[in-house]
Amino acid sequence: MKLLISKITASLVAVMIATATLTAQTIAITGGKVYPVSGPAIDGGTVLIVNGRITAVGSNVAIPADAQRLDATGKIVTPGFVNSSTQLGVQEIGAVQETRDVSARGKDNIAAAFTVWDGLNPNSVLLAPARKEGITSVVVIPTGGLVAGQAALVDVVPGTTTDMVIRAPVAMVAEIGDPQSAGLESRGELMVKLRELLEDTRFFQTHREAFDRAQTRPFAASRLDLQAMIPVIEGRLPLVVTVDREADIDAAMRLAREFNIKLIIGGGAEAWMMADKLAAAHVPVLTGAMNNIPAGFAALGQRQENAALLSKAGVPVALIGNAGGGDEEAFNVRNLKQEAGNAVAYGLAWENALRAVTLTPAEVFGVSDRVGSLQPGREGNVVVWSGDPFEFSTRVEHVFVRGREYHDKTRQDLLMERYRNLPNSHNTPPQ
Amino acid sequence: MRALFCLLLAGTTACAGAARSTSTSTTPARDSSQAAIGLGSTSTPNADPFPSTYVPFPSRTTVIRNVNILTAAGPTIRNGAILLQNGKIAAVGATVNAPGDALVIDGAGKYVTPGIIDDHSHLGVYAAPGGNALSDGNEATNPVTPQVWAEHSVWPQDPQFPRNLAGGVTTLQVLPGSANLFGGRSVVLKVVPGRTVQAMKFPGAKYGLKMACGENPKRVYGNRGGPQTRMGNVAGYRSAWIRAVDYRRKWDKWNADHKGDPPVRDLGLETLAEVLRGNILVHNHCYRADEMAQMIDIAHEFGYKIRSFHHGVEAYKIADLLAKEDIGASLWADWGSFKMEAMDAVKGNMALVDHAGARVIVHSDDPSGSQRLNQEAAKAMAAGAEIGLPISEDQAIKWLTINPAWALGLDDKIGSLEPGKNADVVLWSGDPFSVYSRPEKVWVDGALLYDRTDPSEQWRTDFELGFVPFTGTNR
Repeated sequence: MKLLISKITASLVAVMIATATLTAQTIAITGGKVYPVSGPAIDGGTVLIVNGRITAVGSNVAIPADAQRLDATGKIVTPGFVNSSTQLGVQEIGAVQETRDVSARGKDNIAAAFTVWDGLNPNSVLLAPARKEGITSVVVIPTGGLVAGQAALVDVVPGTTTDMVIRAPVAMVAEIGDPQSAGLESRGELMVKLRELLEDTRFFQTHREAFDRAQTRPFAASRLDLQAMIPVIEGRLPLVVTVDREADIDAAMRLAREFNIKLIIGGGAEAWMMADKLAAAHVPVLTGAMNNIPAGFAALGQRQENAALLSKAGVPVALIGNAGGGDEEAFNVRNLKQEAGNAVAYGLAWENALRAVTLTPAEVFGVSDRVGSLQPGREGNVVVWSGDPFEFSTRVEHVFVRGREYHDKTRQDLLMERYRNLPNSHNTPPQ
Repeated sequence: MRALFCLLLAGTTACAGAARSTSTSTTPARDSSQAAIGLGSTSTPNADPFPSTYVPFPSRTTVIRNVNILTAAGPTIRNGAILLQNGKIAAVGATVNAPGDALVIDGAGKYVTPGIIDDHSHLGVYAAPGGNALSDGNEATNPVTPQVWAEHSVWPQDPQFPRNLAGGVTTLQVLPGSANLFGGRSVVLKVVPGRTVQAMKFPGAKYGLKMACGENPKRVYGNRGGPQTRMGNVAGYRSAWIRAVDYRRKWDKWNADHKGDPPVRDLGLETLAEVLRGNILVHNHCYRADEMAQMIDIAHEFGYKIRSFHHGVEAYKIADLLAKEDIGASLWADWGSFKMEAMDAVKGNMALVDHAGARVIVHSDDPSGSQRLNQEAAKAMAAGAEIGLPISEDQAIKWLTINPAWALGLDDKIGSLEPGKNADVVLWSGDPFSVYSRPEKVWVDGALLYDRTDPSEQWRTDFELGFVPFTGTNR
């Protein structure tokens, strides 16, 4: 039975890979309204992709004779969207534990060494639907515990995890919103625990030989966890702290100052209340625009204007799914454009919303040299839209990842084809 | 029953509207007999022990002119007008004759729709800010609990209510959760401020019965005495209906002849008997096509109707059967894959079901999504277009209004903009199927209860005072 299932899976994957087309080495997307995001929009612009990378963007681009041309006249051309907080590839079916690889047990709720991408399944059937709707890169983020582990930024391309990874890790992730879920009694105790971990990391960093000779006191975390935390206290690896309450965001900022940590706020329901302080400290916020529920005493100030208010204050904002249904992390990674549209409806400038799903997340996670904008040298991650990318009636007409076009039939497409025409009797299964 | 209640409360305002219900309920002779026994001691069809005390809020005659109107009863009226008078829709068309004292609103570039109706909500029973203290939606102590009523869990100060209203939702069916085979009775509420749940109850609305298929009951009870399997689920439904048939027969007989002592009352069986009599509508949480077909067979076996399947992510696989049986399909646009039975969710579900002739209802099961049911419909429209099954705005508006109104048995009162219907109306800033549009004004029974341009008038629950920052716009 298991063998049968894997055979079916294998053939499905084969079908999906086979649907990639337009594999020419040189592709010229011409005539569209091009939003490079790194610069002003270009009417009737050309995007040239050679061997998977963007080589030229502009209104006067020389198109090589051997280029495959794609006429995008009347269309909108943008970088592929980047969703900054997903469980794409590490969660297939939420309630089926066998398909969930999002969290680690760790030691005392500290799992800094956990590399979530090692559990990533490139054959997840949820990848193609995300890509089909314009998501070309995602941050795969671990959840659970106090220190959840390390996040990776991957392109949504077929292949192995190694093929997909743009950079891993791009961040360490800590969750400080709920002391109980970290096995602790209060917020204050939670900060003590984090401080202890950071101090021990410092000590471990400078007393490594003594540690190896077993001449150090016991530490708050395991050797691998301490080692994984070193880039965080060296300011080389950002720390995403998922947190909602204003006071908790402030506590995270105090800790970040104390240890010179490059802080990113994740969720940040009440971040708008301290937008000026976040802007002054150059702390980016990953948040959505589809939740206004005071869903707990830590999120009483949750509102849909959050992204707009932060952006107005000068805080870098990357949009993520936050509607609250839960499956936006994997099944509905694709709905990032709906977040962007709602962010605009609630006050975010349209151009800033586009930036919040492309270049800003790339900058926040240190990969803007690879993805997030249409500039020479960037990966050929390009989407051609029939109109405004955030509008429901707009179709995604072409999706390129690393210069290769995909119009996969997703598992959902196959199901719809099968049941499009129902047989006369409901007792007869369709063939 | 309503008449009897009035006898006991003679002279109070709680009897408003009783005359109408008298004619359709019990005979005077039976009433007097019950009065002798005392209220609460007999099992009576259409019993209403927690009657609605809803009174429409003050309204003034209002005209919205020069506005696009999606009526849910016919083609879109471009640059038309609608007149709200005495809590009802008085006229709708290219032009209307408005009295001189009417408030006139210019709707240039804007849209008017009927109030949105969500037939799957847990507002009040899973109130914000959440936590165990407010977790009142699942009586997960027994898989068969038709004796519990959602209204007894509803917290009228749930801050999610005003947010729902600001999303254009004017009527909600609040259901018990899906832990149980029989979860209990639903209640239909108007999304209006009220100190009590009775003040929010939709007058005259039928109750619903929540049933649930599949994974939830067997997961919750698998290690607690069962059901542990889907076959255990089905045995559980059938056993309960067998008892209900017996109970109904005994009570119908006693109600007819009053011979001897009345049978012993059983709250749960009373609810099921009311389903068998057609007085309570069945709302069945069910994901998979094969299970929906089995639930239909069970309904046939015991002679009741399923009004709507909720969450039916596989409805597209049996859309013809749903059409034939006239069962609604209360659906999400794009949720799936959060559990095994939700694995085959497809974005074209609504379009496929609609084109097969079945009744599509956009539902939420979520306090956040409920505020954007228009956007859910828009996503489903786009998915339909992609597979060559276009859905017009005139059709999609029905998914949000008249179809859920039908699911609640209220399509004669709400769900479309037609003269004589309740003036539950939303004025949108633009096309409601655009991501950029938001409700600007919402009327319930002709009363303006939400105005985005006037934050000082926005409803704030008791809970929000002091706790939730007043921003004037967080709606």
